[in-house]
Formats: sequence, C-alpha cells, structure tokens
Amino acid sequence: MTDSDAAGRLVRPFALTGGRTRPSRADFTLITTVTAVDPPPEGSPRPQAEQSRILRRCARPVAVAELAALLDLPVSVVVIMLCDLLEAGLITAHPPRPVSPRTPDLDLLQKVREGLGRL
Amino acid sequence: MAGSDALATGTAAPAAPDTVKILIAGGFGVGKTTMVGSVSEITPLRTEEPLTVAGLGVDDLAGIEEKRATTVAMDFGRITISDELVLYLFGTPGQQRFWFMWNDLAVGALGAVVLIDVRRPESSFAAVDFFERRRIPFVVAVNGFDGRHPYPADDIRESLALPADVPVVLCDARRRESSRDVLIALLDLLIAAAVD
Repeated sequence: MTDSDAAGRLVRPFALTGGRTRPSRADFTLITTVTAVDPPPEGSPRPQAEQSRILRRCARPVAVAELAALLDLPVSVVVIMLCDLLEAGLITAHPPRPVSPRTPDLDLLQKVREGLGRL
Repeated sequence: MAGSDALATGTAAPAAPDTVKILIAGGFGVGKTTMVGSVSEITPLRTEEPLTVAGLGVDDLAGIEEKRATTVAMDFGRITISDELVLYLFGTPGQQRFWFMWNDLAVGALGAVVLIDVRRPESSFAAVDFFERRRIPFVVAVNGFDGRHPYPADDIRESLALPADVPVVLCDARRRESSRDVLIALLDLLIAAAVD
C-alpha cells in the first residue's frame, strides 16, 4: 500500500462518520466478532460502498482484526465504520470472552488446552 | 446467543464464537511471525495502523526523521478450538518505539509467549520486563538457530534472571508441533495458577 493510497482511503471512511452519536469505539476490540444482520432491518439506510464491502466480509462472524486485514484498512478506520453499521442495526457485535488474571476461568483454560492438544 | 448481547442490535445472525487471544512477544526479528504462522490455521494476516509523528515521543524519532508518518504492522493468526471458541495469536510489534501499542494488545489476553533468539537473547529482555511488571502470565520460548540449541534452558533462565515459576521452553518456531507445545506450556501454567 503506497502512502497516497493510504491517504485516499482514510478520507472516505472518516468523512462518513459525520458527528453522529454512535456506539463507542471501545465496543470493538481486535477480537470482537461482528456479523452482518441478514436480512437487513426494515427501513435501514442503504449502505455506502465501503460499508457494503464490510457487510459482504462479515456475512459469517469475523473478528475485527481479520476484517481490517481482509479489507486492507487500518483497524481504527474499520472500527469507526463498524460503529455506524452497529448503530444502523446492520451488524451485531459479539465481545471477546472476558479474561481476568485475578479470577481465572478454569473451564475456558481447559477448553483451550484441549483444543491445542488436538492440533 | 448473539441476540442476548448488550451490543447486539438486530436479529438473524449466525452464532458468533467466543474469542480469546495470546500474545507472541519478543524483540525485532526473533521469529514471532514465524511462530504465529506455524500454528495458525490461516496464513498470518497483517493489519497496519497509521501513526502520526505527533503520536510519538521526541526520543522515539531516531531513525525515522525523514518520515511524516509511519505505520505499525501487526501479524496475527487463528486457531479454531471449537464451534464456540476461537483463539487468536497476535505477534506484537518488535520495534521498541511501538511498545505503547502493547498495552492495548495486552488487555484481555490469556497470557503471553516471550520468544527469544538464542543468538541474541538481550533483544527480548524488555519484553520479559513488560510482562513481569504488569503481572501478565508468560512463558519464555527459546527459538533455536536452525533448530539447534547450544544452551540448556537453565542457562537461559539464569541469563534472563527469570523467577523459578516462569517456564522456559526450547523450541523451533518453524515447526508446528514445537510452537503448539509452547502454547500448551503457557496453558499449563495458567491452569496451574487457576487451580491454586
């Protein structure tokens, strides 16, 4: 990706966000899973071109980091667009499994351990 | 059910899996992406985040004076544990000036692997410090040179001044089974701590 390409890409997504109230960017971590709502809710606005690209990529659940890599866009830009899509009811967002070192989830850890053992 | 999430709006979405992550850290060029790639079920993906010079401290500009902006690249891979659970592996940016990104990455991680190049272990000292200071559980994985290990694990432990409870694993990051065993060593550490 050249610098001019990156600059050109940055303009459109940020321009799309236009100061509306929307879900917080903090709602989307790198491993938050997003899924397009199918069919889209009645009366929802027609998605713009970049939004349609995202919706096509998340017909099945996909993590935000994967989405950004597949679209070749920075995560920060994808997250802003996801905020709009979530607000419009065009996607659902599934937060990562909460992890706290103080209260470890033994069942979760054992599942991961078993999964790795099967590799 | 996705529909019961606080964030979910709308309906008719297929069930999304729970996700967890492990960080693969270490100095520049120690083999982090190699390790991610050897166990990942997908070819490692890369995200690039633009950074403006204003976001960096003055001292951090050495070597990039010519640039107005730069990008931080992050490589990551995926291991599907089950229909309900997916593990992501994130290789942390190796250059020291991008370490502020590690804080964000570390939030919500199960733990970390600090990968060490057996030829220059000092390049990963700072990574060991990072996880020790934040009390994030980690294992040290010593990546051999062409698969060879001239030093026993205990020598590495001594040179890094590691506490006895931090596992040191000799590995070959190019090999899937070897990288998997490193991750299993981390999970065993986490499980032992959870059972205590």
